[in-house]
Amino acid sequence: MLGLLGKKIGMSNIYNAEGNIIPVTVIQAGPCTIVNVRTKDKNGYNALQLAFSVRKEKSLSKPVLGQYKKNNLTPAEVLKEIRFADVENYKIGDEVKVSIFKEGDKIKVKSKSKGKGFQGVVKRHGFGGVGLVTHGQSDRVRAPGSIGASSYPSRVFKGQKMAGRLGYENVTISNLKVVKIIPEQNLILVKGAVPGANNSIVELIKK
Amino acid sequence: MNSIINNLVETQTELPKFSSGDHIKVHVRVIEGDKERIQSFEGDVISIRGNGASKTFTVRKISSGVGVERIFPYNSPKIAKVELLKEGYVRRAKLYYLRKLSGKAARIKGKKA
Repeated sequence: MLGLLGKKIGMSNIYNAEGNIIPVTVIQAGPCTIVNVRTKDKNGYNALQLAFSVRKEKSLSKPVLGQYKKNNLTPAEVLKEIRFADVENYKIGDEVKVSIFKEGDKIKVKSKSKGKGFQGVVKRHGFGGVGLVTHGQSDRVRAPGSIGASSYPSRVFKGQKMAGRLGYENVTISNLKVVKIIPEQNLILVKGAVPGANNSIVELIKK
Repeated sequence: MNSIINNLVETQTELPKFSSGDHIKVHVRVIEGDKERIQSFEGDVISIRGNGASKTFTVRKISSGVGVERIFPYNSPKIAKVELLKEGYVRRAKLYYLRKLSGKAARIKGKKA
């Protein structure tokens, strides 16, 4: 397993060898500095602590800042642990670059989805709404309908789907194909859409 | 659009400048098995939309009495050549109203000299 942190730039499309359009998401991935190495012997699992992008020193708390200062590294915007199988090939202070991926790889992309705010059941859970616009009905088109029975069970079951906050949750999309890698610009182009708004932080993980 | 994405796009520069209402002939590369040949599609440009990598144009023609529209990506490598046959004079950017017209009414006036 290996992975990288990146920033979603936006979507575009490119042409393949046959001249067909492929929709792609452009991600600026890495370079990520290794802040810490977790090993099986010491920590029980193999992983790298990766730092991506730059952040002002004053906007970090002292304990977090200490993680960087310990090894004379520059403070980063994101600090995240990603499981790596071959940690022995990496050491603190090294940079992990987009070249760890190959074109044609299938990768997982993790990100926070766009926040939609307080939404009703039709958008949030795919309900069909209750009924018609006409025949004397009012305000029932996007209603949830009954949420339970009367004398039995005389309560609303836990987990009943209702209106509420939608989006801004961790979403993972698996099996996205790497279409192109541009190492000079640290760019990676994956086929299809990636959760989250432009400029949001994404995690790219390869099995 | 983002400048990083803009730089990625390989834009087609060889196409002649054409706009809505023009009569054009698009030469399309068709691959059959391992052979490649050119097929042409001649008609009026009824819309040009988008920019950068997603720019497309729509060509409409009447083929044996039936209206046929084809949408081409502007930067597609499948487009071998575009010939501008006649410049048209129209007052709209999107000529979707032509779909409801037929015969003499569906003609587009030529550009004034």
